[in-house]
Amino acid sequence: MVNAINTKNLNVYYRDQQAIHNISLDFLKNKVTALIGPSGCGKSTFLRCLNRMNDVIDICRVEGNISLNGIDIYSKEIEVEYLREKIGMIFQKPNPFPKSIYDNVAYGPRIHGFTDKKEEMDLIVETSLKKAGLFEEVKDRLEDMGTSLSGGQQQRLCIARAIAIKPEVILMDEPCSALDPIATSIIEELITDLKKSYTIIIVTHSMQQAARVSDKTAFFHLGNLIEEGDTSKIFTKPDHQKTNDYITGRFG
Amino acid sequence: MFYSVLTLFVLSFIGFYLGKRKSIKLSQNIKLASLPSYYGYLAMLYILIPTLIAWFVLLVGENFVLEKYLFLILKEFLISMSGSEVQLFFIKIKNLSEGASFGNESDIELLGAQKIIQFKNLFLLLTYLVIFLVTAIALYLVNKKISPTFKSQRHVEKIVNLFIQLCSYVAILITVGIFLSLVFETINFFGYVNPLDFLFGINWNPNKAFVIDSSDVIDKDILKDAFGIIPLMTGTLLVVFLAMLVSIPLGLMSAIYLAEYAPKRIRDISKPVIEILAGIPTVVYGFFAALVVAPKIADLGEYIGLDVSSESALAAGLTMGVMIIPFVSSLSDDVIRAVPQSLRDGSYALGATKSETIIKVILPSALPGIIGSFLLAISRAIGETMIVVMAASLQANLTINPLEPTTTITTQIVTALTGDTEFDNPKTLVAFALGLTLFFATLLLNYFALRTVKKYREQYD
Ligand SMILES: Nc1ncnc2c1ncn2[C@@H]1O[C@H](COP(=O)(O)OP(=O)(O)O)[C@@H](O)[C@H]1O
Ligand SMILES: [Mg+2]
Repeated sequence: MVNAINTKNLNVYYRDQQAIHNISLDFLKNKVTALIGPSGCGKSTFLRCLNRMNDVIDICRVEGNISLNGIDIYSKEIEVEYLREKIGMIFQKPNPFPKSIYDNVAYGPRIHGFTDKKEEMDLIVETSLKKAGLFEEVKDRLEDMGTSLSGGQQQRLCIARAIAIKPEVILMDEPCSALDPIATSIIEELITDLKKSYTIIIVTHSMQQAARVSDKTAFFHLGNLIEEGDTSKIFTKPDHQKTNDYITGRFG
Repeated sequence: MFYSVLTLFVLSFIGFYLGKRKSIKLSQNIKLASLPSYYGYLAMLYILIPTLIAWFVLLVGENFVLEKYLFLILKEFLISMSGSEVQLFFIKIKNLSEGASFGNESDIELLGAQKIIQFKNLFLLLTYLVIFLVTAIALYLVNKKISPTFKSQRHVEKIVNLFIQLCSYVAILITVGIFLSLVFETINFFGYVNPLDFLFGINWNPNKAFVIDSSDVIDKDILKDAFGIIPLMTGTLLVVFLAMLVSIPLGLMSAIYLAEYAPKRIRDISKPVIEILAGIPTVVYGFFAALVVAPKIADLGEYIGLDVSSESALAAGLTMGVMIIPFVSSLSDDVIRAVPQSLRDGSYALGATKSETIIKVILPSALPGIIGSFLLAISRAIGETMIVVMAASLQANLTINPLEPTTTITTQIVTALTGDTEFDNPKTLVAFALGLTLFFATLLLNYFALRTVKKYREQYD
């Protein structure tokens, strides 16, 4: 078992308010890890540390150690743009660009200069859309606006957009919370599919979803990591009382 | 006059008090349909509205009645006078009645002044009488109406509602009035000049119309190529183009800086400071353009061996461009900032840098709004008058060379209406036709500007 991402003694502050308390957590390659916990417990904050999206927020300060494949992501060797090329992210609310479906998927590859040949770009777009399970639905209207798709399709478009730049890790922050049950189950199937090629870290507030899609689960509470381990273990015999209370729906 | 208004308000307050007292008295036995003060308000409005209307009618009618009255009593004297002499006489005795005496007045003038004073006193008395009478009637009516079941609140709301409606119609009516007067005078103008000659003529030389004055015969052939608007159009477009050449890049760049790069502190200071540019009186820009910019451009032109007129389109255009920078920057800044954070995040998360995100995601998303801001700025520039009056010339040149003098539609409107020309002369009337053209041009631009901005807003709401 190889770790894709390691975090060590991670502390995150918004101004003076601490949102993450000394968390150390590792993520196995080609596995799905679910982060669960009541809202406001710091799941999104933690997730955004991993691809340095917190850099965008001025008041946010991150302390501690995060490494991707053993290399510190804050070291000079890694540009933040390169890091984000390797670690893609899917957001809570689908956020396709107001561009065509094609241009949405081609956005990343163009920025990173993958190719300037039209046929190669076509191929990248097609395979990405196929991997995201969207190609059949949109193949005849690639020039339509990405924003004209349904919510579930938009989220899959965002997934296609993320995997078009061949990341190693995909972060997902409650990717289904804005979707209906059918769209949700399609995305969940997709996640199970994607873990063959990617390491996936998914934040979810749905216990069932965590149980269905993840191999590992970490339970957060008030900025602390309470417990982590195999999903089957966390959901059947957790070590901590708090974890037990949360997964049985006693709070959160 | 002042006292009559005062009386009116005092009476209406008394009405309020009486209405309220009566209803309070009533409410000691039974519960009223509305709060007591509403009965007071109703009494107040019942007094105020009719008296105000009556007062206003009297005020407007006073002069009219006065003149009729003077005609009546000074008939034998006035009958021998011409129309303008009568007007002069009236003005003189009115001034005299207000105490402006030169000591050389004739008896008849003194008599006239005396009559005016008498009349005015009588009229004031009448005003008070009407006010008190109306008040009495109103009080009587309200008194009769006030009963426990009477819903005075609803009546008050209705009256207030009506009043507010009236206010909004006033603005609309004024707009329609202005538009109609433009249209009618333009039709008048087209009685002299063929609309096609006006719209497509390439010669602008309104001084030709002066010929009419001497002979009183309108030679339409001469007018045929005196009022061609094309050179004014090209002049206007040239100046506006030069202005946009300044304001679009500067405005857009500063908008991008303010929205995306500037720290909040700098933004909070610079945005209002930039907006001050739009608040500087345009006449200041005008003399700045005429006294500073134009000579500098001429000097510079001479230095590099170009022949630059001292009233070049360039000077007017550049100065106007500075003035409308805030129109572009302020609105563009707003629309750029309105692009949702989620789109920026989406782009950053794909490894895009800040400038890539701005160029490839933020600006394209904000484009309709940005274009809207351009259009608004253009329509502002087209209508701008003072700067071009002061810095551009009066010479209508059909040219696109910014170093030559040009004139614009607004400049020519000003020229047409200044000086002592009569209103039955096409040289003057053309101002209305030009105004109408301008009106349609800016209306169209504003329409498209607002539509694009709105479409942009819908995209994210
Ligand atoms: N941009 C921010 N500015 C200030 N405080 C924030 C910001 N984002 C999150 N927080 C705070 O950090 C804590 C954790 O939030 P978050 O990571 O969003 O929790 P979760 O995703 O688990 O619901 C909360 O107390 C929240 O108020
Ligand atoms: Mg969250």
